[in-house]
Amino acid sequence: MSGKTVIEKIFTNHSEEDISPGKIVWIDLDVVTARDFGGPNVVKNFNNNYEGQSVFDPSKVFFTFDLTVPPKTIQYANNQMICRNFAKEKGIKVFDIDKGIGTHTLIENGLVQSGSIVVGTDSHMNILGAVNSFGQGMGDVDITFGFRYGRTWFEVPATVKVNIKGDPSYDYSAKDLVIKVLSILKTDKLLGKSVEFYGELIKKLNLPERITFLSMITEMGGIVGFIPFNENTSNEIKEMAGLDKVAPEIKADEDASYFEIIDLDISDIESMVSAPPYPHNGVKISDLDKVYVDFGFVGSCTNGRIEDLLKVWAILKGKKIKEGVQLAIVPATVEVYKQAFEKGILKDLLDAGAIISNPGCGGCAQGHIGMTGKGEVMVSTGNRNFPGKQGDGFNYLTSPEVVAYSVLNGFISDREL
Amino acid sequence: MDEFKVKGKVWLITDNNGDLINDIDTDQIFHNAFLHITEISEMGEHTFGNLEGWKDFPEKCNPGDIVFAGSNFGSGSSRQQAVDCFEALGIKAIVADSYGAIYKRNAINSGFPILTFNQINNLVKEAGMKNRDEIEIDFLAGELKNISSGKIFKIDLFSKVQKDIMEKGSLLTI
Ligand code: SF4
Repeated sequence: MSGKTVIEKIFTNHSEEDISPGKIVWIDLDVVTARDFGGPNVVKNFNNNYEGQSVFDPSKVFFTFDLTVPPKTIQYANNQMICRNFAKEKGIKVFDIDKGIGTHTLIENGLVQSGSIVVGTDSHMNILGAVNSFGQGMGDVDITFGFRYGRTWFEVPATVKVNIKGDPSYDYSAKDLVIKVLSILKTDKLLGKSVEFYGELIKKLNLPERITFLSMITEMGGIVGFIPFNENTSNEIKEMAGLDKVAPEIKADEDASYFEIIDLDISDIESMVSAPPYPHNGVKISDLDKVYVDFGFVGSCTNGRIEDLLKVWAILKGKKIKEGVQLAIVPATVEVYKQAFEKGILKDLLDAGAIISNPGCGGCAQGHIGMTGKGEVMVSTGNRNFPGKQGDGFNYLTSPEVVAYSVLNGFISDREL
Repeated sequence: MDEFKVKGKVWLITDNNGDLINDIDTDQIFHNAFLHITEISEMGEHTFGNLEGWKDFPEKCNPGDIVFAGSNFGSGSSRQQAVDCFEALGIKAIVADSYGAIYKRNAINSGFPILTFNQINNLVKEAGMKNRDEIEIDFLAGELKNISSGKIFKIDLFSKVQKDIMEKGSLLTI
């Protein structure tokens, strides 16, 4: 019998059945969450189907409010109240509107470990691949079942191995790297697959960079992505999770079998943007005509860590963004916000002309921190630029550095001009 | 078993070139501006509300219709509304080249039939399927019959879990 891939090992640890790709198996869940979107639907489904019953384990079920925080309309307020009341009744903890993006909050609170299986009403749950666990976004029916029974069915995904190679001379960021990889693989190569990335160029990424890179597996159509730990990864996870000890890394066996092995040479990588309307429309900035910008956004589950904010600060400190251009900065979590406060970077950012919002998903939740008007251009560190996602204009996805330079110069750029 | 068969008229969700549209994401199917809605009956009117050329779909479709789309249908977010909105309109099934992984689960779990047809554009380009053709699909036999043209095609069968859940109505009632 051949060895197992990372996902096959995680499934094996959570199932009584034999695990092989393509097989549908029942797996046990370590953590089940719902957000303020999806959450009220879960409560409704639960009450309609399991009236008076308890959740499978109140210490493993959470609400994480991160989309419209605080609620901007009465409907959202009512929906959050419905979740809070349900939580009180069932003894579930709520990470409320003050906390920030759910996946990041789960990591920061030490609720996700190497090898965990976590599901929630968030399609970027697979970010948890960065801490070597399997996160999966699901709809409210699935999550309702998870709330009640702590298990779910899953078709074991096949695994694709992607070797990232090359000898790039350009000083690129993790966001450039993921846009580059996404622009090569597009949405079909990894559709429905678990992905393991190998090679020194990827292994050297630090934890926030891993979060950036692996958050966009969703945009590649993949289920989840994993990167082998380097010598610092375990310590970085411990520090972010506030734990003394974390579970050991789950590694693929040497003789694991892969659906496909893909070698990618990224030697010609430069600063990248995803041009609208698709995240996989990767373009080098040097190949782009002059694109004037109206709005910059820094934040999201992809680029909302303190390291991202520091990059923006280093560029904007002591400067003013272009007259007429707006910049919104949304820390991923309240912890990031506090770090920014302690490091004293907020005043410099405000002086440069930034709007700094409370933590959360900010840009994604339909106008919570502003949208573009028809034809306006946004440069964003988010992960999606589909039409209508963040307004009526055009949305270019890119790194925090490029957002900072672009709002400084008034057009998409990767240096001060 | 009749519950595993549908008969209805086709909507080919195509672009200006007549190709079935690929990568229709959940924001195009059911925009995030309406995610506060939890009542299924209120979801129908927003179906394809953000998909260029198809915003009038809720007015022109009829209960019993069957929707055809390209690859990676329902990519993007985990919102169940992107499945429920079709149910609200009385759409009987969706047939696409492939689906976003979460979308596929959501549909299966709520007992809504979605089917996979590889190289689906050939149906339109080579087999000449047209909008409003009447078709019949047998989920268990894996057969798609175009009643209007008399042509019969093979289609991917339902998986066991898909059949089991649909038999019971939804994941929540198994
Ligand atoms: S920041 Fe956006 S993409 Fe990320 S979890 Fe929040 S809503 Fe989803």
